[in-house]
Amino acid sequence: MSNKKNWPLWEVFVRSKNGLEHRHFGSLHAADAEMALENARDVYTRRNEGVSIWVVESKHITASNPEHNGELFEPAQDKVYRHPTFYDLPDDVKHM
Amino acid sequence: MKNKNLYNYILGIADNSLILGQRLGELCGHGPSLETDIACTNMSLDLLGQVRSYYQYAAKIAEDGRTEDDIAMLRKEREYFNVLLVEQPNTDFGYTMARQFLFDVYHFLMLTELEKSTDLNLSAIAKKSIKEVSYHKRFSSDWIKRLGDGTEESHSRIQTAINDLWTYTDELFHQTEADKVMVAEGVGVDVTKLKDAYYEEVNAILEEATLSVPESKYFQKGGKQGIHTEHMGYLLADLQYMQRTYPNMEW
Repeated sequence: MSNKKNWPLWEVFVRSKNGLEHRHFGSLHAADAEMALENARDVYTRRNEGVSIWVVESKHITASNPEHNGELFEPAQDKVYRHPTFYDLPDDVKHM
Repeated sequence: MKNKNLYNYILGIADNSLILGQRLGELCGHGPSLETDIACTNMSLDLLGQVRSYYQYAAKIAEDGRTEDDIAMLRKEREYFNVLLVEQPNTDFGYTMARQFLFDVYHFLMLTELEKSTDLNLSAIAKKSIKEVSYHKRFSSDWIKRLGDGTEESHSRIQTAINDLWTYTDELFHQTEADKVMVAEGVGVDVTKLKDAYYEEVNAILEEATLSVPESKYFQKGGKQGIHTEHMGYLLADLQYMQRTYPNMEW
């Protein structure tokens, strides 16, 4: 019943400026991709926020399971040598 | 007032957007879904933005001390020159989209011509508005197709709405006295010339939406002369309530 009443959920990604990457802005409901784009325009970009919109139906996103955070992320924590923090950067190099 | 015809001509254009904007604004918090609710109120704000430019210009021409707000909020029913189509109520989402679609196709054609006006103010407003209106037209045309080619229920409802509102479409192409003078001066758009293109475009989209084109031979008119349908008074009561109750209030 709920499938008939509710439009599927879509995730919205917006590129705010040329050269920048698309970033996740939020989600919305829409019947199909075209409607999702129009709705995204109305819900997320009406104040001049972007130059490009991507929409993808939420069900197509495979997410990691928070229960597995241990095996996915923790092994990195005690290996400082994996982080490039032991180099002296010349002052002229900015934004590293 | 030196240029009464230009003043009336501007009101004729601006009042359509003001009244349609008010109708769409009524859906704020009442749209059928969060997304369509925001879409309708966005369009309302687009229209109100356009209206401000027109009324500011009209106020300058009127030279009687009235501001854009006075012109927008404090006229009597018979002094509004919008077409009857835009004051029709939001009976259901079908009516809301049918009204929007039937107006948007006209609005886009009209602004495309107004952009060529010899009046630089009007031409600039048209140029700015046309991007917004192009999106409105896309949005409402899409919905006509979705509803027409949707379920049995949506098809029958949108067909009913189109049939009911069809009788108000012919008025879009009537000329007032001010229109004629402005067209002759190269300022105004000759709306009579837009009629064929309008019905061609509307009919094509109705066909795509699997809807039938109404065959009405009788059309309503009067809005452009200030003679409105019974809905207009209620709409104005809402629109004008604050200014009438608290004169000169500011936000």
